[in-house]
Amino acid sequence: MVEVTLWGALGQLAGGQSKVEVEAKDIRELFRKLAEQYPGIEPWIEKGIAVAIDGTIYRDTWSKELPQGAEIFLLPRLAGG
Amino acid sequence: MNFDPRFSGRKFSSVGTRPLRPDGIDKVTGRARYGADFNMAGQLVGRVLRSPHAHAKILKIDTSKAEKLAGVKAVITAADLPDLTDGDAGMYDVLDNCMARGKALYDGHAVAAVAAVDASTARQALKLIEIEYEILPHVTDVDEAMKHTAPLINDAIFTEGLEEKPAKPSNVTKRSQFGHGDVHQGFGHADVIVERSFKTEQTHQGYIEPHACVANVNLDGTADLWVCTQGHFVYRQHCAQLLGLEASKLRVTSSEIGGGFGGKTHVWAEPVALALSRKAGRPVKLVMTRDEVFRASGPTSATSIDVKIGARKDGTITAAEATLRYSSGPYAGTWAEIGAMTAFACYKLDNVKTVGFEVLVNRPKTAAYRAPSAPMAAFAVESAVDELAKELGIDPVEFRIKNAAQEGTRSSYGPVYGPIGIGPTLEAAKHHPHMKAPLGKNQGRGMACGFWFNFGGQTCVDLNIGMDGSVSLAVGTVDVGGSRASLSLVAAEELGIDYAQLKAVVADTSSLGYNDMTDGSRGTFSSSMATISAARNAIKILRDRAAQTWDIPVDDVVWENGHAIAKGEKYGNLAALSLKEIAAKSGTTGGPIAGHSELVADGAGVSFATHICDIEVDPETGAARVIRYTVIQDAGKAVHPTYVEGQYQGGAAQGIGWALNEEYIYGKDGRLQNAGFLDYRIPVCSDLPMIDTQILEIPNPNHPYGVRGVGETSIVPPLAAIANAVSNAAGVRMTHIPMSPPRVLAAIEAERGG
Repeated sequence: MVEVTLWGALGQLAGGQSKVEVEAKDIRELFRKLAEQYPGIEPWIEKGIAVAIDGTIYRDTWSKELPQGAEIFLLPRLAGG
Repeated sequence: MNFDPRFSGRKFSSVGTRPLRPDGIDKVTGRARYGADFNMAGQLVGRVLRSPHAHAKILKIDTSKAEKLAGVKAVITAADLPDLTDGDAGMYDVLDNCMARGKALYDGHAVAAVAAVDASTARQALKLIEIEYEILPHVTDVDEAMKHTAPLINDAIFTEGLEEKPAKPSNVTKRSQFGHGDVHQGFGHADVIVERSFKTEQTHQGYIEPHACVANVNLDGTADLWVCTQGHFVYRQHCAQLLGLEASKLRVTSSEIGGGFGGKTHVWAEPVALALSRKAGRPVKLVMTRDEVFRASGPTSATSIDVKIGARKDGTITAAEATLRYSSGPYAGTWAEIGAMTAFACYKLDNVKTVGFEVLVNRPKTAAYRAPSAPMAAFAVESAVDELAKELGIDPVEFRIKNAAQEGTRSSYGPVYGPIGIGPTLEAAKHHPHMKAPLGKNQGRGMACGFWFNFGGQTCVDLNIGMDGSVSLAVGTVDVGGSRASLSLVAAEELGIDYAQLKAVVADTSSLGYNDMTDGSRGTFSSSMATISAARNAIKILRDRAAQTWDIPVDDVVWENGHAIAKGEKYGNLAALSLKEIAAKSGTTGGPIAGHSELVADGAGVSFATHICDIEVDPETGAARVIRYTVIQDAGKAVHPTYVEGQYQGGAAQGIGWALNEEYIYGKDGRLQNAGFLDYRIPVCSDLPMIDTQILEIPNPNHPYGVRGVGETSIVPPLAAIANAVSNAAGVRMTHIPMSPPRVLAAIEAERGG
C-alpha cells in the first residue's frame, strides 16, 4: 500500500481528497487502480500525468516500481520549450 | 528498459572536452540546409491568406476568381482540412490554428491558402480570394479579458478547476492551485511583508529562421515532408492525424534549424502545405515571411502577477503567495499552471500558495518559449524577494541562501527534493568576483535565481560501425544546440575511440523508431542515455566477434580503451584487437556490427541557476545598458562545455532582450503593430557584453554520466536579475517588463514627483 498525493484538480475528482492509499507495485498498477476507484481520473491519465517518486519526476516509465514508504506525488504533465 | 541509468561516477576521456563543432563549417559557409534550402522537381509556391481582423466571423469565402487565375494549381480553406481529431481537443485547436474554421480569432489567423507556379502568381491569387467577415468585439489584454464585460472568445468555455462549474462561460479556461501549509497563519508570523503586482508583455522566441517546409503527397497515399522543426516525429504524428494519412507512409526529414526555443514544437503551416500538395498533385514549398512569423506563430504569454511574501526580522520567509494570470491566445493552455508550479520552486517554504488562471485573448496561439512560463513568475517573485531583503537590511544573496531549498525540502509544487543545485549556485554567486566589482555612476547590480523541471522522453538511437572502423550515429532528436557533437563524444567515450572517428546525423522518421521532440532540455540528456545503451550493445557484438576470431569464450573477452582484450594468463600471447581490426573482418564473423537502443529516458533532474547583472541607466532617456552579466548554472555533467556555455549565454541574451525591449504592441483595432525585427527589437551583438559563465556539476543520480538538461533554465533568471539591477540603478522598483526607455523614464519621473 502506497500513499499518493494528488494535486488540486485531481483531488477534486477523488472526492475532494488530497491523499489516497492505493495497493500498487508500480506506476502502471497505480494508474489502473486509480482509474478503477475514481473513474473521473481516467481521462487525465490518458492525457498524461507525471509521477514524482521521492522527488524524481517520471513521465513515461510506467514500469517504475513504487518503493514502500516512498513519497508518491502526482503532477500535471508539462510542456517544455 | 534493459538499461541501468544510475550515475556511475566514472572518469572521462572524451566527455568534457571541447572538439570543434561538426556543423560549424557548413553553417558559416552557407552550405547547411535549412527549411527553405530544399527543393523538389516541379514544386509550387504556397502562400497563406490571413485575417486582418482580431476577431471575426467568416461568413463566406469565395475562391473562384483565384482558382481561375493562370498558374494557380490549388486553393484551400478549412473545408479541405476536415476535422479528423476524433474528440482530441488539443489537436482540434492545432487544426483550427492552422486554418480558421468559422471564426478568425486573431490578426494573422490563416483563412485560406494557394499553391501557384511562382510567388508572384500566388500573391496575386491571394488578392482574388473574397472573404466576407462579420467583425466581432475583441480583447488582447490579459486583465481586460478576465472581466465579466469582456468579449467572449469561445462561448463553450466554462472555467475548469473551480469547485462548482460556473453558470456562465468566460475567457478563463482553467484555475490551478499549488502549495502547502497555511499562508494566512504564515503572514501572521511575518515582521515585514512585501506585496506587489507585476506585468510582462508578450514576446516572440525570435528564431532567426522562419517556419519553412516542402511537402509532397503522392496519389498512392505516401508523402514526404522536409521541414524546420524541433521534432520531426511529432510533426509526422500531427500531420498524419490532421490529414488522415498513415504515419508510416509520411516520411518527415528535419532540416538544420535556425532556432526554435519551443516555437517549433507543434505544426503551423505544414498541414496546409501537405493539403495544398494533395490538391495540386505537386510538391509545395511554404515559407513564412517574418511578418507571418510574428503575427501567426510563436509567442509566449503576456502575464499579470500578484506576489506577497512575508519574513521575520532574522530573514526567514514565513509565507509566500502568488496569483498568476497568463494569456494563452484564443485556445486553452496550461501556461499559468506551469508558472504557478515554478514560481517559488527555489525556496524552502512552510507556507506557500500559488493560483494560476489561463486566459483567452485575441492574439496568436501561445507556444512554449524556453522553460515556458517560468521567467515571468521568477521576475515577479525574485523582484519581491529582492525588495524584501532590502527592507530587512539583509544582503540579497545571503537572504536567498538562508531560504534556499535543499535536499529534503518540500517543493512549492509538491514533491520533496532530492539532491539539487540551488544552494551551490548561490554560494558560487556569493564568492564570484562579479559580486565585489565596483559600480559607477547610474549603475546598479541585480541578481536572481531560476528553476526549471527538465524532461526526458521516448528516444531511439542506431550506432553503425563501418568496415573501415568509422562509426555513424543516427539519432532522432533534432540538434538544436550541439547534440550531434555531444552524442559523438558520448559514443567515443563508451567505445573508447577518437571523436574524429564518429559522425552523428539526425535520421528521418522512416529510418529510426519514434522520438519525442527536442524540448524540455531533453536532447542531450535523453539521446546520450540511448547512445550509451546503443554503444554498449555494439560492444557486446564486438566482443563476440573477437571471441570468434580467437576461438575463445566471449565471457573471457573484455572491452577496454577501444580494444577487445582476452582476459587471463592463458591468453597472454593474444594481441588486443582494435575496433577497426574487428570491423574489417566483420563480413566473415557474422556481418555488419551495429548497436541499437530504444528507451524512455526519465528522471531528468530539476535544474537551478543564479544570474548576476550590472546595468547602467541613462536618467535622461531611461535607456538601460547591460555592462556585465554572469550565469551560474548546474549542468550535472557538461558533455561538451562550449555548447553548455553557449546555452547559458543564449538564454541570458534572450532574457536581456525580453527584459529591456521586446514586446508585442497591439493597436486599438487588435492588429499587431510591430511585426518585424525593425520594430520588434531583439538584442544584437552591440547590445550585449561578453556573458560570463560558470558551470557547476552536481551529478544527476538518474543518468550514467550525471547529465542534466541545460537548454532552458538560463532564460529563467534574467528578467528578474535585470529588473533588480535597473531598479537599483534607477532608484525605483520596476514592475513592468520590458523595461524599455519610455517605461524606465516614466518610472524615474514618477519617483521624482514629475
